[in-house]
Amino acid sequence: MSSHNLDVYMPVLILMAFAAIMVLGALLVGKLIRPHNPTELKVTPYECGEEPIGSAWSNFNVRFYVVALIFIIFDVEGALMFPVATVFKRFVEIGQGGAILGSFLLFISVLVLGVVYCWKKGDLDWVKSYQVSTDYNEKKDK
Amino acid sequence: MNSTVVSYLSQAPGYALAVNKLTELFGFDATGFVNFLLFFLVAFIVVNVMSAIGGLGTYAERKISADLQMRQGPNRVGPYGLLQFLADGVKMIGKEDVLPAQADRFLFLVAPLMCMVGVFASLAVLPFSNGFTLTNLNIGVFYLLGVSSLVGVGIFLGGYASNSKWSMLGGMRGASQIISYEVPVTLSILAIVLMTGSLSFDVITEAQGGLPHEWFVLHNPFTFIGFFVLFIGALAETNRAPFDLPEAESELVSGYHTEFTGMRFAFFALAEYVEVFVVCGVCAALFLGGYKVPFDLGTGELIMKTFPAVHPMLAKQIGNILQLKVFVLKTLLLYYVVIWIRWTLPRMRVDSLMVLCWKYLTPIALFNLVGCAVWLWAFEGKSVWTLIFKSGVAAAGGHH
Repeated sequence: MSSHNLDVYMPVLILMAFAAIMVLGALLVGKLIRPHNPTELKVTPYECGEEPIGSAWSNFNVRFYVVALIFIIFDVEGALMFPVATVFKRFVEIGQGGAILGSFLLFISVLVLGVVYCWKKGDLDWVKSYQVSTDYNEKKDK
Repeated sequence: MNSTVVSYLSQAPGYALAVNKLTELFGFDATGFVNFLLFFLVAFIVVNVMSAIGGLGTYAERKISADLQMRQGPNRVGPYGLLQFLADGVKMIGKEDVLPAQADRFLFLVAPLMCMVGVFASLAVLPFSNGFTLTNLNIGVFYLLGVSSLVGVGIFLGGYASNSKWSMLGGMRGASQIISYEVPVTLSILAIVLMTGSLSFDVITEAQGGLPHEWFVLHNPFTFIGFFVLFIGALAETNRAPFDLPEAESELVSGYHTEFTGMRFAFFALAEYVEVFVVCGVCAALFLGGYKVPFDLGTGELIMKTFPAVHPMLAKQIGNILQLKVFVLKTLLLYYVVIWIRWTLPRMRVDSLMVLCWKYLTPIALFNLVGCAVWLWAFEGKSVWTLIFKSGVAAAGGHH
């Protein structure tokens, strides 16, 4: 079966090399037969016939950043839970599953709290609705 | 070299002979060299077969969609149009390679490369049969999750490198969608890891049986839901409809590969179809019993018992081929479902996509994980069928 020897990763490297050779090889072979005739119009970015205005490398919406942040938290959580999940069965077999289950649940409940917080704040909504400004106006009226 | 397929092939009679001959020839131990050559050959075959499967995937997509819409579909090239993908490939190689003037030339090349490398690296741990796994990593599931996210990087780079607004929007959407759905996928895979106590695909498959009630999908109510969470997440991670927003042709022209032509585009498409095969294989291995054949026919022991005259090696090989067939059959059935879903359901809106992931799938997957942990602790990992059978026996015993 699998050992701690790094040799088992050799197949991975070979497969990656095969994929890379396939891509580069096909592009090189194609270079010999395909036409090469770039015109000024051909190499402009496609925008349905309009002339492109400015670069596409501009600022993008901040909600992608929020999604990325939430993802990082959950992904780290997943990575941290993998070792626990792997040994959990062995602890159940020797009759000590309860303690591990307890700490496991504690860990998850912290995360669930985080999800509930994000949910209540509206960060899980793609189009976030802002209630803050109306509250401010109400306070000002008083 | 400790890959399963090589250790399987090393039982063949010619292997020892070749090693001895080469050792004499070289003057040092040639085992490693022969193993390397064997693996190289096997990997070459696998890469080619999987590329063909990816190509046939495009054919199947067109043929099945035609079937669902009462059309003919491709039927000119080869019998039933089966060679259509080869014709497409040849055409793509001959197409002009248009590089947008303002594009990032290096990343424009890296993007399809990243997709292909990520997909083909994930083939390494796919358990085709007991003897035919390219490498049996002890962190198989974890490795697969890591490597398959290279595809997400490739898609985002494709969108970024093109310096076109459609591509950029598609790439951004693709990246946010893929990382979002990674969460429910990881959590539902974690539930299976919990049930088996191992990250290796081999151990997970061996923990199941050949008949449906021995599969993890029917093991307990939580894994039953977990399978569907994983399948939906896998659809979203491979950008398949109804989650094909990164390449939504009605709003983003063609999304992240708008600017890609010829072979560069072909590699994006090929990577997508092979990835669908991989995720279907993962679903089959984790939840649908993988390569397990009913009544333990896959081990070849039954054949050895019934026909003692058969050589044990031959019996084992027959078993292995059966296992391979069962695994591929399950995977292709899921593949069909994926295509079926694409041509049945309309595309989702981007906000409902995020709501589905974060407000439904993630809490459900978390609930499943906790449920599986409690189930394992309370019933010591027995399946619901074992419990029903036991209580039935106990009740029957009580009456007498």
